Amino acid sequence: MSSAPRPYTLVAELTYACPLHCVYCSNPLDFARHHDALDTADWRRVLREAEQLGVVQVNLTGGEPLLRADLEHLIEEARALDLYTNLITSGIPLERERLLRFRRLGLDNVQVSIQDARPAESDRVAGREVFQRKLVVARWVKELGFPLTLNTVLHRENLDRIGEVIALAEELHADRLELANAQYLGWAFLNRPALLPTEAQLRRARSVAGAARARLEGRMEVLFVVPDYYVEFPPACMDGWGRRFIVVSPDGLLLPCLLAHTLPGLSFGNVREQSVEKLWTSSPGLTAFRGEAWMPEPCRSCSRRAIDFGGCRCQAFHLTGNAAATDPACSLSLDHARVETARAAAAQAAPGLATLRYRAARSHA
Amino acid sequence: MIPPAGKPALASKARLRYDRASGGYLLLYPERGLALNPTAASILKLCNGELTVDGIVERLQREYTDRPGPELRQDVLEFVEEMARRGLLQVAG
Repeated sequence: MSSAPRPYTLVAELTYACPLHCVYCSNPLDFARHHDALDTADWRRVLREAEQLGVVQVNLTGGEPLLRADLEHLIEEARALDLYTNLITSGIPLERERLLRFRRLGLDNVQVSIQDARPAESDRVAGREVFQRKLVVARWVKELGFPLTLNTVLHRENLDRIGEVIALAEELHADRLELANAQYLGWAFLNRPALLPTEAQLRRARSVAGAARARLEGRMEVLFVVPDYYVEFPPACMDGWGRRFIVVSPDGLLLPCLLAHTLPGLSFGNVREQSVEKLWTSSPGLTAFRGEAWMPEPCRSCSRRAIDFGGCRCQAFHLTGNAAATDPACSLSLDHARVETARAAAAQAAPGLATLRYRAARSHA
Repeated sequence: MIPPAGKPALASKARLRYDRASGGYLLLYPERGLALNPTAASILKLCNGELTVDGIVERLQREYTDRPGPELRQDVLEFVEEMARRGLLQVAG
């Protein structure tokens, strides 16, 4: 075995294709350039090799994983490996029969995204009329005996309706509710002027979520994730680079996070050419920001360096052009003013709805 | 509080998994996992929806022969309550 840390979770991005156009999509801006290059046998091997390395959970995600016709085979393989298997889906396009097949194959958990508690507002963010259908799917999930996670990405437009989102989750008998603020990377960065909330909005929403967490204890797990733009110190992005999570992109790159392949100058190997263990241990991209040797000041001598691992590399790149900089979300970063400027702009933005740029294939990308 | 007739069972979202690397058990649930100590694993294996807390204590006592019964019962009760608070155990009955 190697000296690399043990990974626990595999994020299997089965495809970047998706019927929705969410304005904060976590796929890269140039998603259309990355084709689905892994066939069923490749993904099965990735699951086996990841499990050998210590992985115990797999998130089957995308894009929209339901678009893979071989999803059944992958669930079957994951369960044969005794992996905790989580399907992360928009719920579109899903038929009850297929969901029942997933149940019989042993899928452990289904996570459905809901963009807002209200139909028109939800569909506005998804760029498609899908809200009612998602509710139907969420109800099937529970009817068939699955645990249900609801995930709502929070931002300026829906934060004030967080109470309605919680009420909807209760009505759907969700087991877990993820109230996760958008993080301003990729598509969300592009839409930051429209999406970044104010501090007052966040404070109110956080208190509503906190009250719900206490009230629903033991029945529904309620998570509230703040945007990095409003923290004093950044969280440990992905629990640290190349530390706990393996991400495999639709074209087979083995990555430490969802957007690492958008950082310039890093090379990530492909699981079609090398084993998961080999790539996890020694691909140049994985080792680039693993551990502390790469850290600049003020991280290098900071007592929090083993807590936050320097924050998010993609955020550092988005805000400074240098992926090896301290995350500007950190109040100790020399570039923190860039975050403060964005917050000030959010505080001064005119009320009302701003123009959104929808996720779509870009011809110039 | 766990009623005397309550029968704890793992929540539908939680699953026990043996871990080759550590030789122990993990309790897995969405996006999370807990590494269990041997006693916690023994208790959770008995949370099958058929045994009451007293039933679990009785079974455990065979394994933990030098732990006095009342203390073992208190350990089990506290652990079951904590896991129920976290939504990882459901108590039927």
